[in-house]
Amino acid sequence: MKFELAKTGNLLIVKVAGELDHHFADEIRMRIDAELIKPPIRDILFDFNGLSFMDSSGIGMIMGRYKKAKALGGKAWIICNNPNATRILEMSGVFQFIEKCDSIHDAV
Amino acid sequence: MRKEINRLKAEFCAKSCNEKLARSLVSAMAVQLDPTINELSDIVTAVSEAVTNSIIHGYGKSGKKKEECIIKLECILYENAIEVVIIDKGCGIEDIEQAKMPLYTSSPEMERSGMGFTIMESFCDDFSVTSEVGKGTEIRLYKVFGGDSLCENTTIPQ
Repeated sequence: MKFELAKTGNLLIVKVAGELDHHFADEIRMRIDAELIKPPIRDILFDFNGLSFMDSSGIGMIMGRYKKAKALGGKAWIICNNPNATRILEMSGVFQFIEKCDSIHDAV
Repeated sequence: MRKEINRLKAEFCAKSCNEKLARSLVSAMAVQLDPTINELSDIVTAVSEAVTNSIIHGYGKSGKKKEECIIKLECILYENAIEVVIIDKGCGIEDIEQAKMPLYTSSPEMERSGMGFTIMESFCDDFSVTSEVGKGTEIRLYKVFGGDSLCENTTIPQ
């Protein structure tokens, strides 16, 4: 798994590549939460275009971060071109809360 | 009678780094049947869910010593199908029907999504759970490879 964080204005960009399972979801969760307490960050963009695998552990991590962003008055977006990860996101109803977008420009 | 063509038995510690190991083992077996990318992804995801459940729910709150927390994985290949059995000796499931409900989780504080069983059920052609409180849980996943798969892309009604 490859994991990168970047910031622009209020937005935290979380880029995850490789396999997102329970093992890595715990690590990503801690690192995002450490950034979410730093103003002015309140929005999150998950860039999953490099993802090769995701299971339901990813859903828990994403929804948990979404709730934190919402509590800060922020929003969340997901970029994802992996069909299997997209299927799990759709099944879990994540896109009811988090907007799916095609590029980072939709969020900034 | 289904004709068995290959079999793998493995045991590993209930550690989260072994979720990837379990996926790799099942994937290495499954590719022998030349599945499509989607078929392979379905069974591997279902296995990942089952193994994660054993680690978090089976052993996570069992109070057992680390060396006693072992997950058994058995993978049987048939001519056009794969069967994967995942067994733990963890705390077991009290109410299986409740556990299988979409979005139900016994560990909301750990941000579990409650989608594990739903994913196993919808990504496989056949799926069963046997569990006894205090004894452990056995998950059976069965996936047909090829055009006659019964598996449909199930969508959960919101």
